[in-house]
Amino acid sequence: MIMSIILTMVGLMAFAWHTGNRKEILSSPVVVPIKKDSIASVKAFEKVYRVLMSPRCMNCHPSGDIPLQGDDSHLHEMFPKRGKDGKGLFAMKCGSCHQPSNTPGKHSPPGNPEWHLPPADMKMVFQGKTAAELAKQLIDPKQNGNKSMKQLLAHSEDGLVRWGWQPGEGRTLPPMSHAEFKKAWETWLNNGAYAPKSKP
Amino acid sequence: MINLTINQKPYSIDADPEMPLLWALRDLIGLTGTKYGCGVAQCGACVVHLNGEAVRSCVTKVSRAAGQKIVTIEGLSKNNDHPLQLAWNEISVPQCGYCHSGQLMSAAVLLRENPNPTDQDIDNAMAGNICRCGTYPRIRKAIHLAAELQKKEREAK
Ligand code: FES
Ligand code: FES
Repeated sequence: MIMSIILTMVGLMAFAWHTGNRKEILSSPVVVPIKKDSIASVKAFEKVYRVLMSPRCMNCHPSGDIPLQGDDSHLHEMFPKRGKDGKGLFAMKCGSCHQPSNTPGKHSPPGNPEWHLPPADMKMVFQGKTAAELAKQLIDPKQNGNKSMKQLLAHSEDGLVRWGWQPGEGRTLPPMSHAEFKKAWETWLNNGAYAPKSKP
Repeated sequence: MINLTINQKPYSIDADPEMPLLWALRDLIGLTGTKYGCGVAQCGACVVHLNGEAVRSCVTKVSRAAGQKIVTIEGLSKNNDHPLQLAWNEISVPQCGYCHSGQLMSAAVLLRENPNPTDQDIDNAMAGNICRCGTYPRIRKAIHLAAELQKKEREAK
């Protein structure tokens, strides 16, 4: 009896792991099945929005061409500019100061090998966007960097996105764990990627 | 041992890969033209070129520079005759001089990428180089002059 319970549990766990495996979904030749559930989707996006509007994400998605800095999202000291490719201009390129990893110490430059802003022709602004506006923008390939639904799903594992949870000393983390964010992100997308109602 | 190419010369140094490049340049190799100002990428005194790009050597680890091409102020030109150096001299830009190897290295990237910079381009390129003596108006003037000198130099060739 005990044996059969254990076997059933193992079977269930294997099933859960199998269906929850992102690689499995991504490598599947068929389109990800979308079960439309606007309530679950919108509810999940509330969480997503809270993360995206936190300084760790929004600071590099500014409405202007100067990145933001700090927990209060002030304009980046020295006013470095976006540049065409999002990697800065002349002697003020991101990589001049931002290294492949965080520089230790408070107020020293955080780092990641991919450090950049969105490029000039696809600014992907978060700053100042309502939840409704941002949700619509995120799933529009003309505004999201030509990302398909599959690429969007994978984006929660992007290196620069993950950096948000290892931001180095003196920087507040996003308002939930990466695992929780990822779950909300996938729930939002997999349930139809609904945008919350725009407030009048 | 870590291998670096600095001003076209090969060097092999025994250093912790985490050591700031600035330390290696100044203390191990003896190239003291590059200055230490803040140590946290805030002032620009330590700017050198890494594969042609301006980097702040105080926060750039030796490991990032290993096997790469580094140019310091000592290697900006063969005979101190880079158009920027000539213009700096002509206008007597420095006051105490401490910030100027960094200023010159940043300005050199600007002039290479934009041979005819506007005031706005100069601001965009130079805003991260601080001068506590406030030589900014002369720096601006000298970059414009250097652009002209560079143009003449190219036309003469
Ligand atoms: S010493 Fe490197 S930027 Fe100040
Ligand atoms: S000339 Fe003195 S700091 Fe610039």
